[in-house]
Parts: sequence; structure tokens; C-alpha cells
Amino acid sequence: MALNLYEDKGCPLDRQRFTWKELVQPPISKLDDDAFTRVRVILMNGIEMEANRFSHACARMNRDLQLPLAQVRIVEQHQATMVNGLLGADHSTLETTVAYEQVAIEITAVVAQNEPDPYLAQVYRFGMLEDFHHLYRYSAMLDRLEGKDANNILQCYTDIVPGRPTVVEHRAPQDNLREHYHRAGAAPLTKLNALTIMSSEQQTQNFYLNVGPLYADPVARQLYAEIASIEEQHVTQYESIIDPNESWLEKWMLHEANEVYNYYGCMQQEPNPRIKAIWERCLDYELGHLQVAMDLFKQYERRDPAEILPAELPEPIKYESQREFVRRILNQEVDLRALGTQFVDKSREGDASRRYRADVNSSGSPTDTVAAGYQWLPGTELVRGKELPFNEELARDTELIR
Amino acid sequence: MGKSTISGKNRTGIDMSPIDAKEMMALVRVSPPSSAGNEQAIAERRSQYFAEAGVIGSVPPPGTLKGIASTAMEKLTGKNPEAFIDKLGCRLAFERAGVRLYDALIAKCSAAPANSIVPLDRLQDFRNEELEHFKLVENAMRSIGADPTAQTPSADVDGMASIGLVQVLTDPRTSVAHCLEAILIAELADNDAWQLLIALTEKMGMSDMARDFQNALREEDEHLAYIRQWFRQMVMEDAAVAS
Repeated sequence: MALNLYEDKGCPLDRQRFTWKELVQPPISKLDDDAFTRVRVILMNGIEMEANRFSHACARMNRDLQLPLAQVRIVEQHQATMVNGLLGADHSTLETTVAYEQVAIEITAVVAQNEPDPYLAQVYRFGMLEDFHHLYRYSAMLDRLEGKDANNILQCYTDIVPGRPTVVEHRAPQDNLREHYHRAGAAPLTKLNALTIMSSEQQTQNFYLNVGPLYADPVARQLYAEIASIEEQHVTQYESIIDPNESWLEKWMLHEANEVYNYYGCMQQEPNPRIKAIWERCLDYELGHLQVAMDLFKQYERRDPAEILPAELPEPIKYESQREFVRRILNQEVDLRALGTQFVDKSREGDASRRYRADVNSSGSPTDTVAAGYQWLPGTELVRGKELPFNEELARDTELIR
Repeated sequence: MGKSTISGKNRTGIDMSPIDAKEMMALVRVSPPSSAGNEQAIAERRSQYFAEAGVIGSVPPPGTLKGIASTAMEKLTGKNPEAFIDKLGCRLAFERAGVRLYDALIAKCSAAPANSIVPLDRLQDFRNEELEHFKLVENAMRSIGADPTAQTPSADVDGMASIGLVQVLTDPRTSVAHCLEAILIAELADNDAWQLLIALTEKMGMSDMARDFQNALREEDEHLAYIRQWFRQMVMEDAAVAS
């Protein structure tokens, strides 16, 4: 990776500013932009939301850091505003939800393959299969409530079939905690991966909690309630893999480095020039934030940031369909369950999770209801029996556009 | 007027990804649904909630009976004034929202460089007439002791139904034709609702009020006719088939 964290200092914090017009820019096109542009928008909003939550928590515990945290935080607040505003209002809430699940599947799949720690790679694969199933359930809801095809959002990058059934994803809290990486020995990529996926899942949990009540339909509300509950488990899982012994300043530095890492990947792969310029600007600002955090780390901890951060960051997340990997994992690992911090075959699942699940599912599972007998078809399930024909000749031409 | 509908890189359909689409379909064919049944399961779960649900809200009792013409009270005796007040409140809210829809349409048309079909002064007249209708219903409600500042259940539900219209009219990316279609939906519903309200008002014995409402309906007829015509003309021109 060309970026050097110790030489590329970015835009100094005191020169970072926005106008309201810059914060509210034209959104991406739901119809014409590539689905991975939307994936990047959603992921980066999640990264910014975590930056904000972390910064507030840090400020509450560290009087001396409150001013620099506030100075960085207001810029990140505005970055989050600018990024999240790129989603157009022609997305219904369920369409945005489908896009959130595409983020969870595709990004977690890449991370699972890049992760050098085999145990953590397993953790990511485990979570990914659950989000994969959520996509299937939400696609059924979108079809059966709004009469829309989820593939209009997914653009054929992501499959729409069952994964690990949501009804068996509910677990006792002790089965949602995992072992954490060790700050002294873990690879930088391990730390960035954990922050990225934890941020994304946390955003999803918050989103589902907030938007579920926007629907009048009690079935849709139940669906969001059930899946939000799994997302809470996912946040519990992913935050537990991060070493709790890292100092506040170490964590702050890692957050800023992770923002640099992810904005760089977005900028590098974005085909829409207007959105690419936004990623570039945010990258420049985040490099400035990292400088602030590194200076404070040196000042307060009397340590060299190079103990924590390499000069060059790892290869960025690849924004491309992970279909083959996801299918392989689906085939091999759908029957895994969690027992404490470990993963076991479903026949060895513990009593605590079984009991918890029996209680929470005792009045039925909304996700089962929503997707009863559901099989995705291009153009929604209402075309069943008269599937739309492919136009091979036209399709060959249009494939070139992508 | 230039074309507002253009050809481009729309990526939403399967013809854009023929190889991936075939892959997806192949997997679907060998992946049974994860739970048995069909969409009837959703209907059954909704039915349980319907059976347990309360109402969306109530019509407030008149704030004061003092000052209400005794003739009005006599006319309402033996009938259900709440149902009447609910529909009056609904019309009031719709007309008030209509002012805002026209404000948004005027802004859209003012900024559209190629708009030669929709005259802004006519839109301004329609907007002002919606405002007059709002005030007309406000006075009507006061005359029977109802509180015109309260949101009645039908007004609330109409507001739910109209959320999408507001979104279409204020999205910078929508065309004048898209916005005319949204206003047309509003005017069609409005026109029908005035006719129903007039019939209801007459049945309630409020003939003077019904006459006033007839005048409003005549203006609404004109709104509907013009909006329908402008929308039609724009669609035909866009398709290059206008005569």
C-alpha cells in the first residue's frame, strides 16, 4: 500500500472545515450507481458512527483528552453527515436494509479471508452466515410487503437463499462472547478487521432498532425486532474479540488508523468520480486526525506509535462479489453453533442457548413467517411459473458496462 | 422541451448481469425455503394483531359548547358528530398540506429550465385556493364547536398516505412530470373527498356549509383538469408523440 502513516500527514485538523452545502450533496443513484458504491457509503457511515461513539465514551473517562476529542469529533460528525447523506430518499427503508445486509455479507466475507488469525477468521465466517440468512428474510419481506425485487439493490453480486436459520441464531449471552486478540502479538490487520466489522454490525443494530417502528405492519416490526436482536449478539461477539487491555489512547489511534485504512480502500476502488473525491477528502482529514492521536499518544504514554501501527497499512478490503467463498462456507459451516467461545456442531450445542431460544421463540419466529415458502425469483416471486426470459444478445452488450 | 427520460447505466435488472443471474438462479433451484408455507403466514400473523389492535386515535370532544349556534346543535342531534368532525378535520389537514405540496411544485417548476407547459401564475392561484379551502373548513369546524387545531384520525391516516407525495415533490432529482404525477394523485383523492364531504354535510343537515363546499369543489375540479392535462402533455412530449 502506497500510503505511509508517518510521512503522509494529511490535512491539519485546524484547516478541516465544511459548509452545510458540502454536507448535503446529491445522493448516489439507486438505479445507475454500482451496488458497491452503496456498500462503501454504508460501511463508511458505520465506521464514522463508531468513531463518534468511541470518542464520546473516551471523553467521559479522560478529562485531559476532552478538548482534542471534541475537536476531532465535530469533523467526524460532519464526515458522517456527508457520507450517510449519499443514500437517496428513493430507497425504502427495507431496500436500505437489504443494502445493509449486502455490506455485512460481502465485507465480512473479505475480512474472513484476509484475517491471519484462524480462530478470528472462524468468528467472521460464523457471523457472515447469519447475516446471509437475514438477507434472504428481508428480501422476502421486501417482496411481500412492498412488491419489490431485492436484486434491484443487490445487482446480482449476492445470492438470495437461506443461510443459518434466524430461528436458531438466538443464543444465551455466554455463547456470544469470543476470545480476544492480544494487543502485543496481533497483526495490525487483525486489529483493523475487528474494528471494521464491529463498527459495521453496531451501525446495523442501531439502524434496525430505529427503523423497525417506521413500519405500520406488525409483521415487519417483528422481523426487525428479531433480526435486531441477532445484531446485538453480533456486536457482543465482535467487540469481545478486541483486546480490552489496550489503553484509551491506543484504541483512539487504532480507530483513526482504521478510518484511514478504509477510506483509502474506498478511494482506490470507487468508479464514481464525484464520490471518489469525497473519499479522498475524508482520507486526507483522517490522516490529520491520526496525527493528533499519535501526538497525544507520545505525550501521555511516552511510547512510540510505531509500537502499535506500521508505516504502511495492509492491503485494503476488496469491493467485489464473494459469491464462491460464501457458497463454500454455507456448504461447510451452516450447521455450526456457538458453545462458549468455541464453535461446535449443532448436535453439541449447550443447554443454555437451547433454553433461551425455546423461550424467545415460544410464540413463533417472525422471520419464519415472513419467508414461509419463499424462493427469490428475478422480478419477485409473483412471476413464478412465468419467469422472465433472458435476452442473451442484449445482456452480452450491457455486461460490458460493468 | 427536452427529454426528461434518458437512457443510461441502469444496473437494477438481471439483463445487466447475465452470468451472475444464471448463477443465482441455479443456486435458488437447489435451495428449498427455510420454512414451510407461503405468504398466507404473513396474513395470519397480521390477523392476530388486527384482532388485538385498538384504534389509531379519537376525535376530541368540542372544547366548549358556548357560542355554538343552537341551530347547529339541533341539526347534529341524533347523529354521530364525531364522524363528521373527523372528516372535516381530514379535509382541513389535506388542504393545508396541499398548500405545501404546491409550494414545492412551484419551486420545482421555477427551477426547471425547459418548463414551458406549466404556467407559474396558475400554480400560484391553485396554491392560494388550497389555502382558502383550508380556511373555509377551519371556519366550518369552529361553527359546530370542533377544534380545528386538533389532528383527527382520518387526518392522521391521510398524512401517512401522503408522505410519499412530499418526498417526490421535494427530491431535487425528480422531474416536473414526476411531480405533476404526485400532485395528480393528490388532486384525484382530494376531488373525490370533497364530493363525499359535501354529501355527508348535506346529510348532516348543514346546507349552507354544503353550498360553500360546492364552491371549493368547483375550484378543485379546475385544479384536477389542468394538472391532468399538463401531466399528459409532458408525458407525450417526452415520448415524442405529442400531436
